[in-house]
Amino acid sequence: MDINDFRSLSTVLVFIAFIGVCWWAFSPSRKKQFDDAANLPFSDDEINNLGSSKDASGDDKKKQD
Amino acid sequence: MSSNLAAAGEQPAYDYNIVRQFAIMTVVWGVVGMAIGVLIASQLVWPELNNILQPYTHFGRLRPLHTNAVIFAFGGCALFATSYYVVQRTCRAPLFGGFLVPFTFWGWQLVIVLAVITLPLGMTSAKEYAELEWPIDILITLVWVSYAIVFFGTIVKRTTSHIYVANWFYGAFIVTIALLHVVNSMSVPVTLTKSYSMYSGAMDAMIQWWYGHNAVGFYLTAGFLGMMYYFVPKQAGRPVYSYQLSIVHFWALISLYIWAGSHHLHYSALPDWTQSLGMVMSLILLAPSWGGMINGIMTLSGAWHKLRTDPTLRFLVVSLSFYGMSTFEGPMMAIKTVNALSHNTDWTVGHVHSGALGWVAMISIGAIYHLLPILSGRKTMWSVKLINAHFWLATIGTVLYIAAMWVNGIMQGLMWRAFNSDGTLTYSFAESVAASHHGYLVRAIGGAFFLTGMLLMAYNTYRTMASSEDEATDAQPQTA
Repeated sequence: MDINDFRSLSTVLVFIAFIGVCWWAFSPSRKKQFDDAANLPFSDDEINNLGSSKDASGDDKKKQD
Repeated sequence: MSSNLAAAGEQPAYDYNIVRQFAIMTVVWGVVGMAIGVLIASQLVWPELNNILQPYTHFGRLRPLHTNAVIFAFGGCALFATSYYVVQRTCRAPLFGGFLVPFTFWGWQLVIVLAVITLPLGMTSAKEYAELEWPIDILITLVWVSYAIVFFGTIVKRTTSHIYVANWFYGAFIVTIALLHVVNSMSVPVTLTKSYSMYSGAMDAMIQWWYGHNAVGFYLTAGFLGMMYYFVPKQAGRPVYSYQLSIVHFWALISLYIWAGSHHLHYSALPDWTQSLGMVMSLILLAPSWGGMINGIMTLSGAWHKLRTDPTLRFLVVSLSFYGMSTFEGPMMAIKTVNALSHNTDWTVGHVHSGALGWVAMISIGAIYHLLPILSGRKTMWSVKLINAHFWLATIGTVLYIAAMWVNGIMQGLMWRAFNSDGTLTYSFAESVAASHHGYLVRAIGGAFFLTGMLLMAYNTYRTMASSEDEATDAQPQTA
């Protein structure tokens, strides 16, 4: 094994790390946690819009029609 | 000058004063930087304009002033303003750092004023986008370290459990710029105003473009993606399309960008394998760039009709379209055979400006239009119609600019590589300059469109901030 094997190995390790990040991000057990995180910009509004995103999309479709 | 919002409800007392200062200076430096841009674009059409006050108004002295003013003054103030706003709101904590907070503002303004003084005087380290001499470099480092303490201190103090994705992008931008700036600016001072880089030859070139490209990748991309992940959802009134995708986007983007810099040095003295590495990494970079762009645009699904009535949202969404376009163009131009045509031509200048005007400036303008009413305690800007006029001026100006540079760039590339049958060059360099004249004229007109839009923004900002004081003191409401 020379240094070029380690260089090739680093590509494989980065690929595994990428798969790891994808798995971590998209695993169903964390879905709820990330949905809450996505609403952080709205959490400190004076008029709280939290949880109304689904309703809002329904309203939007009606407005478009 | 405390904001109405800061006192409202159960919110912590956010520091909006610093956000307001940086937001207003974003507009001021935007006008200044783009005005210099229009001047130097005009100098390429009418060379006599170099002679306004020689040697200070020579193109070679004003060009670095233009790039420093738009990138570090306009873009920098926009990043400071939005990051301070976003980190407070999404961490639900006021800014950490005490006196360091105003120091970042006044220190950064001092850096810009020093740039305005030293660059026309010809004091330069001659490193592109890092021209400022060593005493100013040290001041930048002090301001930047204070910025990092304020930003990460606020994150440590947060009352939310999760760190919102926008803060990850802002954080990566702050850390990486500190690293890039310190390494690239290492130099041996000779006098107070002259220093020589510690590096030489091909090594100097590689470090310079490792800095230069990652200034694009982390300053002009990651920082503004932080802006995108807060202001696009906020203005559209719905959470980001896929939060999971934003996590993959973040890690993929920051781990790939750092390797792509050598594409600036194709066909140079740089080792061939390093050039090829830069090309391949640039091509791979298309994937996270478009992942983020799609994530931003899809946030609007179900809310597209808002584009009809909300010019601020239009700025944000069109900026993402230009981001998608320039992150496709960039990898394409990094391919060595394409680069053989595009290298050193105006195509490169056009590519930079489709990113700088279309992406960076438009998303900043959109974010500032979102912020100004909040900072002045109003529902909307003084005039929404003026925002709409600004939007069209900016869009048409950008399109004129980049179309003119595509035509010029490809024409120059083809003229430079044309040979006669006996092996001599078909065209002299001066002939390609003369042939570029019309493109330069269109580019100057496009730039003037964009600058006019910024002047409308400055007026609208002035009226918005002026009327907020009237409202605060319950004087006559002067809004239409």
